[in-house]
Amino acid sequence: MEQRTVDLMQKRLKRRYAAERRFKWYGRISILIALAFLLLMFINIVGKGYSAFQQTHIRLAMTLDAEDFPSDISDAEALFAADYSGLIKKALRNRFPEATNRRDKRALYQLISPGASYKLRDEIIANPALIGQTVEVWLTADDDVDMYVKHPPKGDAGGEPGTQRLSEKQRTWLEQLRSEDRLAKHFNTTFFKAGDSREPELAGIWGALVGSFFTLLVTLCLSFPIGVGAAIYLEEFAPKNKWTDLIEVNVNNLAAVPSIVFGLLGLAVFINFFGVPRSAPIAGGFVLTLMTLPVIIISSRAVLKAVPPSIREAALGVGASKVQMVFSHVVPLALPGMLTGTIIGMGRALGETAPLLMIGMMAFVVDIPGSLFDSSTALPVQIYLWADSPERGFEERTSAAIMVLLAFLVVMNAAAVYLRKRFERKW
Amino acid sequence: MICLLAGAAFVFGRHRAYATSGKSISTLHSLPGHYGLYALILTTLPAVALLMFWSMLAPRVIEVLLLADLPAAMQGWSQEQLGLLLNDVRNSLKGYSVASDNPELITQFGERYQDMEQASNWLLWITVLSLCAGGLAWAWYKIRADHPARHRVEAVAVTGLIACSLIALLTTIGIVLSVLFESLRFFQHVPVTEFLFGLDWSPQTAIREDQVGSSGAFGAVPLFAGTLLISAIAMLVAVPVGLMSSIYLAEYASQRIRTILKPLLEILAGIPTVVYGFFAALTVAPLVRDAGNWLGLEVASESALAAGLVMGIMIIPFVSSISDDVISAVPRAMREGSYGLGATQSETIRRVIIPAALPGIVGGILLAVSRAIGETMIVVMAAGLAANLTANPLEAVTTVTVQIVTLLVGDQEFDSPKTLAAFALGLTLFIVTLILNIIALQIVRRYREQYD
Repeated sequence: MEQRTVDLMQKRLKRRYAAERRFKWYGRISILIALAFLLLMFINIVGKGYSAFQQTHIRLAMTLDAEDFPSDISDAEALFAADYSGLIKKALRNRFPEATNRRDKRALYQLISPGASYKLRDEIIANPALIGQTVEVWLTADDDVDMYVKHPPKGDAGGEPGTQRLSEKQRTWLEQLRSEDRLAKHFNTTFFKAGDSREPELAGIWGALVGSFFTLLVTLCLSFPIGVGAAIYLEEFAPKNKWTDLIEVNVNNLAAVPSIVFGLLGLAVFINFFGVPRSAPIAGGFVLTLMTLPVIIISSRAVLKAVPPSIREAALGVGASKVQMVFSHVVPLALPGMLTGTIIGMGRALGETAPLLMIGMMAFVVDIPGSLFDSSTALPVQIYLWADSPERGFEERTSAAIMVLLAFLVVMNAAAVYLRKRFERKW
Repeated sequence: MICLLAGAAFVFGRHRAYATSGKSISTLHSLPGHYGLYALILTTLPAVALLMFWSMLAPRVIEVLLLADLPAAMQGWSQEQLGLLLNDVRNSLKGYSVASDNPELITQFGERYQDMEQASNWLLWITVLSLCAGGLAWAWYKIRADHPARHRVEAVAVTGLIACSLIALLTTIGIVLSVLFESLRFFQHVPVTEFLFGLDWSPQTAIREDQVGSSGAFGAVPLFAGTLLISAIAMLVAVPVGLMSSIYLAEYASQRIRTILKPLLEILAGIPTVVYGFFAALTVAPLVRDAGNWLGLEVASESALAAGLVMGIMIIPFVSSISDDVISAVPRAMREGSYGLGATQSETIRRVIIPAALPGIVGGILLAVSRAIGETMIVVMAAGLAANLTANPLEAVTTVTVQIVTLLVGDQEFDSPKTLAAFALGLTLFIVTLILNIIALQIVRRYREQYD
């Protein structure tokens, strides 16, 4: 009888230990799932996006006959009007004289991006002495060519769907060019210098970056002083009464209101009621200010709360007034922490998309915005727009834009962590 | 300009204080700097306030004045026609070419517009400068050795701080009012009951009256169902994974592993939702579809499952960080009591810690639910547009937030029910998330008090 109890005990203990181990593994597996997903996402995005930092170019021998240009080549304005795409077409015909009928010529011209002529124009205007010579020029290739070069088709099947957009003839031409060393991938400067475009090879994120910068500038200038001011009042001056409670509950709730509701507010109040220009960074900045305010208020209050009472009492003891105590003693000590909170809030604002869609910052904007009132887009909105575009060239550019966005976020968060480490005080 | 004046006023105030104090500063009531600030405030504050007020109001006043003496033929024009006309006038002033029926009118108006703008600017500067001068003179008169400048300055500072904290309150009021007003206008077109209980959602109102289906249907039940379906999938992912990882981090992991893993998990919360959306739409959705086809199931390419899965991953850190907090807050004594009775660690966690932490965990989950309901970008990019009333996670559904975005992006007229419907949806969303948040915050707060 005794023996059996011990056996039972042993058995049960075994089972209990097995359960213990299983439970521990559940925890490990959950963490693993989350981290694996994170890793997968990063690998996926980097794998898709790294190729966008290069762009295929085609080298052509351009004969810049003087008769194709206006007589006065020192006059930049007259040069501006010359037919540069015609020049490129001529160079293509010279290289591939076998393309004689209309369809072949069209196919031939499609190899070069429609934006290449503008680059050529700028180059020639910058250096008019080239006219009359035959020069070798690197021209931006079309996005289909770009995709063909970056993701060569495997076998005879024609490879991935995107590459099938090139005809048999176009591919032979490209292979000829490649064998002559006239096809190469260069660093994609357009991606960092241009605004949006319908053509993937001409599209860049600079416009969106500038738009995001202006938007965040407005957000920072408004939300930091207002947020810190509100936190100081609530933490240091506010009497304990119903109103203060109301504001407190309110701030906590605002932090959890869906961002799209802020977008509706911006649309109804700022744009329709106050007449702030639509699609402009200033409108976006206002909306994001309201969104980041609760974050800044909550974190600043936590920092203020951490300043020990001894500091306050010492200041009051030597005869400072309450305002003096707060502004010359408490706030300077709390400032690094408040800055940390603000940077984190700004990081969140940088990644925010939905409210900006509401106030029309998803317009197709080619120009680089020059002021707070120009219509513009923002980096995350640009990502959204490109992700919706069917062209295959945009897929890698979307991933690349995401990489840039994440890089900015990493820098901002690293700055916040650095600030915290550098100025952290243990009281 | 005003900055210069402000600086001057500051210096002036200090000097005035020195001058009135006689020989020794110690007779002054406040620090000299306070007198400077006092003069500065008196000089600039009213002027700046006027400047802001004026620049907000002036364009409206000019427009009204301009439209007051329209040619008789145009007196009966509607609001929109007048708005168009004013737009033309403004564009022509900026140097754009304007296509209009009567160019003389535009140029004539343009000239008058410019004249009035100039006059307004002159008037503004004169009043602002005289206000500054007046403030300065007042400061001159007021500043004496015994004038309590510090009290005045501090009162202004505190008022400023109060104004800052009121902005948070104003935001909420702004949200409620703006969404409420537009919703009320929507409910004049569509009855509330139809909106809340109708089963058909097709907001495409026709351009011509006689087109088929010109009325549009605004029954939001399919949207609510879709939102709930996707949120439920998300919570099915986020709650077990988030809870288990927080338990592991709080109870099992060593301090070193904890300091590494916790920030890594928090990264998931820091990634912009548009990135998740991109990932969901271009990678997860095709994967889910292929997997479904392999199993012989019909899966829509914008299935609720894909969006829900990715959203669940995004929400993991919200669940895990709150449950981590509440689990760590469970008093040590309860743990040790349980160990003392011979329980293993997992038994302690399951039988003692989780029941004790349950209210806090539930609060955290409710917060996560409200986050899932309000999440926009993932569903906009990865979920569908068609309003299907279904509980099958493999089909495409649409959500409240997706519809808000689709209704408001693009052309908007603020009198069509289509645009206003977005605000009604926004109101519903706001109310639901608000209730969830209030309940969750209450639960979490009460829980904290319990163990403090």
